Amino acid sequence: MKFNSALKNFVLVLFSTLLISACSTAKKASVDTVDDVYTGTDTVEYLANGVPDRVFFATNKSSLTTRSRDTLRKQATYLRKNKDLTVTIEGHADERGTREYNLALGERRANAAKDYLMTYGVSGKRISVISYGKEKPINPASSPLAWSQNRRSVTIKAN
Amino acid sequence: MKKTIIALLFFVLSTESAFSLIKVDITRGNLDPLPIAVSPLHIDSKSEDLKSLMDKKLGEEISKIIEKNFKSTGLFNPLKKDAFVQKPDIAHLKPRFEDWRLIKAQALITGKIVVKDKKLKVEFRLWDLTAAKEMLALSFTTTPTNWRRVAHIISDKIYERLTGETGYFDTRIIYVSEKGPKNQRVKKLAIMDQDGHGTKYLTLGNELVLTPRFNPTNQLVTYMSYFKNMPRVYLLDIETGIQEVVGNFPGMTFAPRFSPDGKKIIMSFAKDGNSDIYSMDMETRVVERITDHSAIDTSPSYSPDGKYICFNSDRSGLQQIYTMRSDGSQVKRITFGNGIYGTPVWSPRGDLIAFTKMRKGKFYIGVMRSDGTGERLLTENYYQEAPSWSPNGRVLIFYRETKSDSKGKGFTAKLWSIDITGYNERLVKTETDASDPSWSSLLSK
Repeated sequence: MKFNSALKNFVLVLFSTLLISACSTAKKASVDTVDDVYTGTDTVEYLANGVPDRVFFATNKSSLTTRSRDTLRKQATYLRKNKDLTVTIEGHADERGTREYNLALGERRANAAKDYLMTYGVSGKRISVISYGKEKPINPASSPLAWSQNRRSVTIKAN
Repeated sequence: MKKTIIALLFFVLSTESAFSLIKVDITRGNLDPLPIAVSPLHIDSKSEDLKSLMDKKLGEEISKIIEKNFKSTGLFNPLKKDAFVQKPDIAHLKPRFEDWRLIKAQALITGKIVVKDKKLKVEFRLWDLTAAKEMLALSFTTTPTNWRRVAHIISDKIYERLTGETGYFDTRIIYVSEKGPKNQRVKKLAIMDQDGHGTKYLTLGNELVLTPRFNPTNQLVTYMSYFKNMPRVYLLDIETGIQEVVGNFPGMTFAPRFSPDGKKIIMSFAKDGNSDIYSMDMETRVVERITDHSAIDTSPSYSPDGKYICFNSDRSGLQQIYTMRSDGSQVKRITFGNGIYGTPVWSPRGDLIAFTKMRKGKFYIGVMRSDGTGERLLTENYYQEAPSWSPNGRVLIFYRETKSDSKGKGFTAKLWSIDITGYNERLVKTETDASDPSWSSLLSK
């Protein structure tokens, strides 16, 4: 009986170890994108301490994720504190689309970010947008990771 | 840029109206290209500048251009000259048909060039070797520096006589020349003859330029430029080099294209996250809104009669192709297949629309009828898009990009062409990497 319970414990420990390691590999594989949207920090720069400059999008989409909204609220707070600052929002697409459609998509992404900043009290007059479509990848690789990093809108100080 | 309109005197010496035995069917693939012999053009001994003509081997050079043009169609098989059995001057007067048949040629091209009063006169004849008959005889007079164009015009005339279709050799391609690493590409507008000769760069590469397209007379080009970081549609006069912004839009304009009569430019205008299609009258500069939809509407292209526009919209969720009347009424979705569709371009013949299709990570260039039926995918690749039609509606030129590694290495962008039969896929050689090709109409009509 005692032996049995020891074995049981051992099996349990072994099982949970396996489970944890399985979890960590699964986590590693999905750490950079959630639902096709990049969630890592590799290409991210900062407008100020704790204020990321960019948000990422799913393929062909321009909707903001919860995480993107969080980033943009930080940008809005920062911009409200620095009233003289004007910004340009660059909209970008990945290389897996036609050039002309990507120009439109980049413009839509940049405006999605602009609209959100305006909702949080930043005057539209302080924000200009420009789309580069697929013309300026931040990561030049041809991989799903690179594409997810390239589907972005980036807020840049203009003055 | 040199003047593109050149006066070409055009004499019809004689034409055989009788039906020829040779007829090349270009509606099917090139399984059995027609063996053709292109004799070097004979240089007339009475010619001015005889030595210089001989030194330049002008007669041979012209015949080489004709051969190269014919080979590129995939419909003809130009025979090697070392098998030729008759001297150019004698063959031009009257070929010994049976001798030429011996080397398996079915058609023969002969010619003569002469310079008189500083004008170059090029005369050529097309012979049907099976029927032992002259099929076509023409001559052109032009300035001597213009000899390459004469070679292309002769190619067009012969192609027309043998296939019953107008040719596409006396044409140019405008495209975007690309250099440098993938994330810092330097892009310039470039123009070259259809056979890759005579490349000229029209912009310096200081700003990003995209999607150039000719007007119907090939004098003007509309394209997109990021000059002063303001992405706008521009108009460039190739002769004078003068550039101007098209319209006075408070935001990005892109995806421009001329109307078939050249009187309008149609394009997308993006504002507040929404792209719609607008046209601008070249003369009055009046801007007209064509679509008004919260989705992205872009890549517009007129039908050759100017009555319809095909375009790309994601109003159904993902990119699909739509048609409408040119005033924006009667919008109709025409693609329903699996995958997403972009860059519709109406054929100059009016019957087909070429497009890019994306499906399961692959890119296709295809054609379909203008109501969306009869879709045929011509070529599959990792990445390719933006087809442009040859003026006779038989060939498409487009660009293809290759995959890059984790550092961006291995990336290339090249021009390719393919017949709408799906045969004869060819790399179009350019001095640099290249994208966004646009085919001119025939320079001499």
